[in-house]
Amino acid sequence: MARIVLDELAHSYKPGPKGPQDYALKRIDHVWRQGGAYALLGPSGCGKTTLLNIISGLVVPTEGRILFDDRDVTRLPTEARNIAQVFQFPVVYDTMTVRENLAFPLKNRRVEASVVRRRVEEIARLLGLSRVLDRRANNLTADMKQKISLGRGLVRPDVAAILFDEPLTVIDPHLKWQLRSTLKEIHRELDLTMIYVTHDQTEALTFADEVVVMYDGAVVQTGTPDALFERPEHTFVGHFIGSPGMNVLPCTVEGTTARVDGQTIPLAGAYPDLPQGRRIELGVRPEFTTLAAKGAGLPVRVKRIDDLGRVRIARVDLGGRPFAATVPEGVAVDGDEASVILDPTRVHIYADGHLVAALPAGATAA
Amino acid sequence: MNKTVNQKAWFLVLPVFVVVAFSAIVPLMTVVNYSVQDTFGNNQFFWNGVGWFQELLDPSTELGGRFFDALWRNLAFSAVILAIEIPLGIVVALSMPRHGWTVAFSLVVMALPLLIPWNVVGTIWQVFARGDIGLLGWVVNHLGVAYNYVLDPASAWITIVVMDVWHWTSLVALLCYAGLKSIPDAYYQAARIDGASRLAVFTTIQLPKMRRVLLIAVLLRFMDSFMIYTEPFVLTGGGPGNATTYVSIDLVKLALGQFDLGKAAAMSIVYNLVILAVCWVFYTVMVNADAEKKEVEA
Repeated sequence: MARIVLDELAHSYKPGPKGPQDYALKRIDHVWRQGGAYALLGPSGCGKTTLLNIISGLVVPTEGRILFDDRDVTRLPTEARNIAQVFQFPVVYDTMTVRENLAFPLKNRRVEASVVRRRVEEIARLLGLSRVLDRRANNLTADMKQKISLGRGLVRPDVAAILFDEPLTVIDPHLKWQLRSTLKEIHRELDLTMIYVTHDQTEALTFADEVVVMYDGAVVQTGTPDALFERPEHTFVGHFIGSPGMNVLPCTVEGTTARVDGQTIPLAGAYPDLPQGRRIELGVRPEFTTLAAKGAGLPVRVKRIDDLGRVRIARVDLGGRPFAATVPEGVAVDGDEASVILDPTRVHIYADGHLVAALPAGATAA
Repeated sequence: MNKTVNQKAWFLVLPVFVVVAFSAIVPLMTVVNYSVQDTFGNNQFFWNGVGWFQELLDPSTELGGRFFDALWRNLAFSAVILAIEIPLGIVVALSMPRHGWTVAFSLVVMALPLLIPWNVVGTIWQVFARGDIGLLGWVVNHLGVAYNYVLDPASAWITIVVMDVWHWTSLVALLCYAGLKSIPDAYYQAARIDGASRLAVFTTIQLPKMRRVLLIAVLLRFMDSFMIYTEPFVLTGGGPGNATTYVSIDLVKLALGQFDLGKAAAMSIVYNLVILAVCWVFYTVMVNADAEKKEVEA
């Protein structure tokens, strides 16, 4: 049981890193609460696995410290930390039975045989492995093997956190749901910290209470799935989360209006302190944008309409840029001329990709 | 369904028949032919039936005695070779680097002995081990150890074994290395997290993953060492006395030295059958191991 603190952590695989481009993991300060379910979300190569390996001790960071509660474990080897990790491909010891596999971490730590037996049976029951306990581990399906990998972590009573490195990659889609809900159940039952690395937003958003989004070696936003959806703090988060992703358009801002290609877009707040010389962009999710008849809003040219089942999304052309908007029930488009209406309270302004906080509209009157 | 009869199809398989006949059947039949006859030269042959085989398989006769001596000697040699090269190859493979430029370097160095022709290996060691001008022999003698592979059977055996280990351990190591390379890093990481000791990693991860290549390594090294000829022939010529006369060396002595074609042919056939039998055993073991694995995976 532990709170995990990352203190000014950074890592470079090159010796003697000179600039930020040499870092696989840029400076990170973060606290993982005891008992939290976290997802570490980001595209391949963004440093998620590096971060995970630093926490588990497989990689020693170039800079900074890791604290478990208040104990500095930065340089402690994996086996001396109370951490378990489940990998992308299930790791089972082929020559052993399921029971021996589950008992392996305890045997290595010289736990008494009767305790081992009790513990193994308890974990097997939790994971639904009781029926296969005496079978050879390598004659099982991938999802069973992944459960065994997980079980070897859970079986240790001292485990503070379990790290998952894209554990469902090789699992059949219809079993992913099952395994994910098993994970959630275990999380509720055992009060463990779980950190789940994935590049699949659905997995992250359904698993975690809090999602940490990484991009290019840095954490760009930490928050609940709702916060990530409604207030992306970085245009990358807007793109990456949501399907389709957020619309991002270059713009200029004057008072409470934004200008995109000569069209004005009303904003809910004002941005008097926008930094000079930065790339200013406007972001709005397709969910908060509706398609309307020509003349009702910003003029657009409709390219096609995708039916996603629950909603219909119009792919339109706004001043030469692709844009996506929701098509409300009962709206029929005549020809390809139409317009889009943006919900001003859902429009965010970004400077160099980072969210800029808005002041209430009234404050700018002066 | 009507099959069309077309005898011309025989012409299509004719090349194979011809090649197999000339490469295998005719030479083998020549040997079979010799093995049931005796000759005193001048291309005159006398029918002897299974006489040579009876003599060969009876250790109390002169022929049977020398055959069984050579056979046991050869089996002992193969056992020694396997007992040294297999564990040594595994150890070497385990200590080879897994990443970086040193991988290519060590692979090349390891492959070097394998590229040297057998008779050159024999010659190298014949010179290297000589007491007067050979570096090894001279040093060992000056360290106070009586070592002479020409006169002392123990010295001769040790030299041949060391030579074979030098020549062929690389093969075992490279095969094992290939097996080790196929283990994903996650296994080692998981083992560390599980707190496994170095020995536990070896027995639970590395050895099971190497099992198949090890079977191949054992088979190859057994076959090669059981049929060894060139290196001991160059180094010791089978001596001192008959101390290093393995079956193939004895066979050549019998066939070309004494020109006892009948006896040599009978010995060839029995030698061949022994090799086939051992091959079959290995093959069965490997196929069974595979079948067991498949059944387990199903």
